[in-house]
Amino acid sequence: MNDVRTIVLVTGVLALLTVATGVGQFLKRHPDRGLDPAAVRTFNLRLRGWWILCTVLAAAFWLGTTATVVLFGLVSFWALREFITLTPTRKGDHRALFWVFFLFTPLHYVLVGLNRYDIFSVFLPVYATLFVLARVAVAGDYKRFLERTAKIQAGLVVCVYCLSFAPALLQIPVEGQAALGRSDNFRLLFFLILLVQFADGMQYVWSRMLGRRLVASAVSSNRTWEGLLGSAASTALLAAVLWWAAPPYQPWQAALAGLVIAVMGFAGGMTMSAIKRDRGVKDYGTLVAGHGGVLDRVDSMCFAAPVFYHLTLLITQAG
Amino acid sequence: MTLATRPDATQRETRFQRRLTARAVAGNDADMLSPADLPAPSAPAAPKTVRSPLCRAAGLVLAGLARILSGASVRWIASQPDTCQRVYFANHTSHLDALVIWASLPPSIREITRPVAANDYWSRGIVRRWLSRDVFDALLIDRTDIKVHQSPVDLMLREIGTTKSLIVFPEGSRSITGEVGEFKSGLYYLAKKRPDIELIPVFIDNLNRVLPRGEFLPVPLLSCISFGPPLWLEQGEQKLDFLVRARRAVLALKE
Repeated sequence: MNDVRTIVLVTGVLALLTVATGVGQFLKRHPDRGLDPAAVRTFNLRLRGWWILCTVLAAAFWLGTTATVVLFGLVSFWALREFITLTPTRKGDHRALFWVFFLFTPLHYVLVGLNRYDIFSVFLPVYATLFVLARVAVAGDYKRFLERTAKIQAGLVVCVYCLSFAPALLQIPVEGQAALGRSDNFRLLFFLILLVQFADGMQYVWSRMLGRRLVASAVSSNRTWEGLLGSAASTALLAAVLWWAAPPYQPWQAALAGLVIAVMGFAGGMTMSAIKRDRGVKDYGTLVAGHGGVLDRVDSMCFAAPVFYHLTLLITQAG
Repeated sequence: MTLATRPDATQRETRFQRRLTARAVAGNDADMLSPADLPAPSAPAAPKTVRSPLCRAAGLVLAGLARILSGASVRWIASQPDTCQRVYFANHTSHLDALVIWASLPPSIREITRPVAANDYWSRGIVRRWLSRDVFDALLIDRTDIKVHQSPVDLMLREIGTTKSLIVFPEGSRSITGEVGEFKSGLYYLAKKRPDIELIPVFIDNLNRVLPRGEFLPVPLLSCISFGPPLWLEQGEQKLDFLVRARRAVLALKE
């Protein structure tokens, strides 16, 4: 039963990606179809990103829980790197940042890997925050103290703490028995990633098709209310259709999860746009030319993961 | 992001060889020039030392580590990697500068490029001495004991012979504020005595936040190394004008 579900899900995603790649290549070869070439290029770039994402995820899932936690840890590390690089810091923050990067971030992921929810849920938001405040104070530079410590804290919470709830999904006891193996949990994580990516894409599509009213024109020039509503509705629909892939969910619960994921993803995108606008840049980092940075790819995920995690926990415990 | 296209290997090879033969011809009648202008004929054109496999491996590992730790993205703006003799001159913000520039070069060019470093810092202790002498093949300059007849520029020119390139920091020491300071005159004398060497401006961005002055633990932020188009000393160009122009060439890479 479980394996059938996994096979259907994987086959479906692969078929969809293959068809989309075929369409993308067709549109690239025939620029006379009246479609915006820039949109086609964006579409093809996104597709390549999804292929890479699926390959990396498949490898990590195949290697197991630890490998997946390590993978997310590395992504967090890199996202935090981009975040702090773009945030002006002073010399007085240097030592605090060293411990943030080399102690708090890895240790948090170790706790996630050990399934110590009781510790990791307070470790970064409480203990790391206290440490950063004290360490920056001891460094002796009081200029814009609260602003500087808040920046480091925001980076930690968004890039590390929130994102780590995605691999933490692998530790949730699903249907109360461990005998089922881990495939349910991996499907749960994949369900989240799929819906986040889908919501992102749908927002773009609906914004282009119907977009009239910008949410905040000063922050983002392509996020509209129509895009948000359209993406929330389509993601809820897809989630309801795929409810069988996420074990503890009933169809209506899955639809609710889809709705929440779309809204949270939107919130993440808006937040990162605001930070980028303030710093006067378009993308974080230059890891792959034309792809923006890691943080551009995971911003929606960072916001959606903790909410989805707690929703799943709630439904598991209620059911 | 590489703005300039790379020439294919054969092209580079021939260019390098052409230069080698050109220098060899010039070296034959070296007695026509003053010893400071050209390396003495005894200075071999071939690499002075053949590094042991262990040192090469250590160099590769350290270069990789430096690239990962500094997250350096490398840009060649209107310029491209080449094995011809060059002087890379950069703004100086961190102890990591020389290492990261060295690591940003392709391995074949790294092999013939020697960072210029301060003797008082790099010859202290076994590890630093091993790193600077055997791994980076650094050219150590004594900042405290500069003699008139043995200027650092002459020493550099003698040491690099006709094949090696240099990495120098014309500001002399690491900037405290993060601004690019005035250039010292060494670069001018290098350009004057060896007008054939290409001077490549290099701008190092954000590395001072990775390892600021006075810190010994790095924070792995992302930095950027930009290589610019070569420049030479113009006919009759005054020292001050040249140094200002060279400094502007570095700042122009900031964007």
